[in-house]
Amino acid sequence: MISLTHYLVLSAILFTIGVAGVLMRRNIIIILLSIELMLTAVNLNFIAFSNYVQNPVGQVFVFFVMTVAAAETALGLAIVVAMFRNLETVNVDEINQMKG
Amino acid sequence: MGLHDVMFYYFAAVVVVTALLAVTRPNPVHAVLFLIPCFFHVAGLFVLLKAEFLAVIQILVPAGALMVLYIFVVFLFNLYDVKGIKAAHRQSVLAGIVAIAMVLMLAVLAVSSIFPGPFQELAVKTAGDNTAVVGGALYTTFLFPFELASLVLLVVMFGAMVLARREGKE
Repeated sequence: MISLTHYLVLSAILFTIGVAGVLMRRNIIIILLSIELMLTAVNLNFIAFSNYVQNPVGQVFVFFVMTVAAAETALGLAIVVAMFRNLETVNVDEINQMKG
Repeated sequence: MGLHDVMFYYFAAVVVVTALLAVTRPNPVHAVLFLIPCFFHVAGLFVLLKAEFLAVIQILVPAGALMVLYIFVVFLFNLYDVKGIKAAHRQSVLAGIVAIAMVLMLAVLAVSSIFPGPFQELAVKTAGDNTAVVGGALYTTFLFPFELASLVLLVVMFGAMVLARREGKE
């Protein structure tokens, strides 16, 4: 029988894959994708708990998280486009103009 | 093992495998394309959890609109041909250790947590179907955050246009 723990462990694995992606990759597009994965893991947690405690408020919160995720993607990609125009790179190691 | 269990393990396996492939492929086009089945199967998990409304939204927004946006940007700017982008980061080993420690810690927390027993199968259906319940909460208790979310999207729309605009070309 599938319990809440199964969903929590799956969500933990998904979140960690996102964290590993952010830490290991140099391509800023993949880093944005990894952030998307982490948000999805959080959404899965919210919905699992919403089902578990029989309360729809968790699903309303997921709705807002998805709104913010869409906003984050649109702004993040706009920044990537502007950055690629100015610096001709998407490698996060080469973006160090603000370094002291 | 019932149908619910089989479906859970199928969805979970596909989600984990496609997510791993998405963060490990050198080519960002492949990464984006692997994330699409990943999000579709997350929507399947939402259906198993009786959140049908959010399952549809999950397919429409993250799996549909956002992935198309990623593919547009990757294609328009030829981002997969930049030098030095494909190699793994030099902190990869340390990052891998941190990630494994983190997933073990979270899994131990989840397994030893105080939430006993299986789900009740009746789920959130006190006031009709799932969409009616979520919509009712959204338009009554959470009306102000809901309107604020639309304002956030409006600001983001203008912000993205300003950021991505080409300077000095009228």
